[in-house]
Amino acid sequence: MHLGTECGDHYFDDEGGRFTRDTLCGFRLTQAAGLGEALVVAVLLQASPLPLAFPCSHRRHEAFCGSRAEGRLRAGRLRLYTAKRSLSVSLRSSANLVAPLGCLVSRQKHTLPDLPYDYGALEPHINAEIMQLHHSKHHATYVNNLNVAEEKYKEALAKGDVTAQVSLQPALKFNGGGHINHTIFWTNLSPNGGGEPKGELMEAIKRDFGSFANFKEKLTAVSVGVQGSGWGWLGYNKEQGRLQIAACANQDPLQGTTGLIPLLGIDVWEHAYYLQYKNVRPDYLKAIWNVINWENISSRYASCKK
Amino acid sequence: SFSRSSANLVAPLGCLVSRQKHTLPDLPYDYGALEPHINAEIMQLHHSKHHATYVNNLNVAEEKYKEALAKGDVTAQVSLQPALKFNGGGHINHTIFWTNLSPNGGGEPKGELMEAIKRDFGSFANFKEKLTAVSVGVQGSGWGWLGYNKEQGRLQIAACANQDPLQGTTGLIPLLGIDVWEHAYYLQYKNVRPDYLKAIWNVINWENISSRYASCKK
Repeated sequence: MHLGTECGDHYFDDEGGRFTRDTLCGFRLTQAAGLGEALVVAVLLQASPLPLAFPCSHRRHEAFCGSRAEGRLRAGRLRLYTAKRSLSVSLRSSANLVAPLGCLVSRQKHTLPDLPYDYGALEPHINAEIMQLHHSKHHATYVNNLNVAEEKYKEALAKGDVTAQVSLQPALKFNGGGHINHTIFWTNLSPNGGGEPKGELMEAIKRDFGSFANFKEKLTAVSVGVQGSGWGWLGYNKEQGRLQIAACANQDPLQGTTGLIPLLGIDVWEHAYYLQYKNVRPDYLKAIWNVINWENISSRYASCKK
Repeated sequence: SFSRSSANLVAPLGCLVSRQKHTLPDLPYDYGALEPHINAEIMQLHHSKHHATYVNNLNVAEEKYKEALAKGDVTAQVSLQPALKFNGGGHINHTIFWTNLSPNGGGEPKGELMEAIKRDFGSFANFKEKLTAVSVGVQGSGWGWLGYNKEQGRLQIAACANQDPLQGTTGLIPLLGIDVWEHAYYLQYKNVRPDYLKAIWNVINWENISSRYASCKK
């Protein structure tokens, strides 16, 4: 089994644990959030364009974790659930990954994460009407449509219909990206947010952008300047060990598109601000800095530097 | 003195100094004229803010482009292309759009255009369903279009992203555009783009579209 270097997307599971996915097979638990069981929620199969979520089980976690992961299993047990016993064996070899796809039948669907605060909590910076529509309509639609697209993809995969698989890629990217992006976004905001970061993240911002003010100005300009729908991002370039600002179009996910690990995303689709700020996107950008959750971003930064 | 040789085309570039800037066209009706299908607040913001901004930014980009051209700075010329396409396309698209709508619109086309629609889509209902689906299905910002394929002599439906202009992008001649950027409907229809699509058919100006069709067939 190829464990190799850390790569692939980072997910936060329902319990708050954090994982990386090896691009060939299996999982590695790199950081447990606390005591209790951590549920693995996704596996990346080499043939699929996006992770297909399903629960897997194996009692002996060390079959999946290399020495890098073991040292980080501080608390809780790794429990993976599967519908088929054969899954635990076949995951030892990447060549056998095709067989367990049958267990996708019992995979769990994506769900809309709860907002960590009330819809009105970010007022007056982002109003309640926007937050309610954004979370319960827009994000919910991405979740629903992602599940639909994955069902169809699973069928196409089972039939070996590569034409259908390819034709489903835009829907998977759009809705999958939408789900990924908004899931990060809600945690990036907080009614107790604003101000400036501290500690390691602040040091890195000063090192890579000269000053916090420069960074803020740059990310604002990039976000305001997105032509059409998209996102402005602060990301981490693991290869070069530095922070980087980038923009992505539509719901293209930062990591899948650029390789940068997402830390802070700013949604500049019109639905993110229009009801309150109308066409004046710069006013929305001015306001959003008041609710940026630096604790969350620092925590993401700490995780991805490992 | 005029020169017949293309080598002398460089000289007249100086006349760009006196070229006229692009201007925001007047709306052919009041902001509230398309109610209840598209409300006054949307029309006012859409025309006097969004379209106006494309016009202003297009003029700015063209000024910079003119300077880059004069200096022979091809790098700068290329770097200005996104701004020219975005704002130029935005100006082209919205200029067409305002004429595609009318408080006296709705219903179905007549004459040659209707015949062409029946011929190329089977029926008006099929065409309407298809253009609606394409417009609703745009991922992100963009436009749904009914265009004319001059090469093949037939009508065609297409979608374009952002402000990419139909003709520059696909070669199709624009007849009817449906703006599906969120600013075109959000204040009234929120996230329910399909409701906006249902409503807009009530204000489609078939006279204008027929007239565009007649022109491009020549």
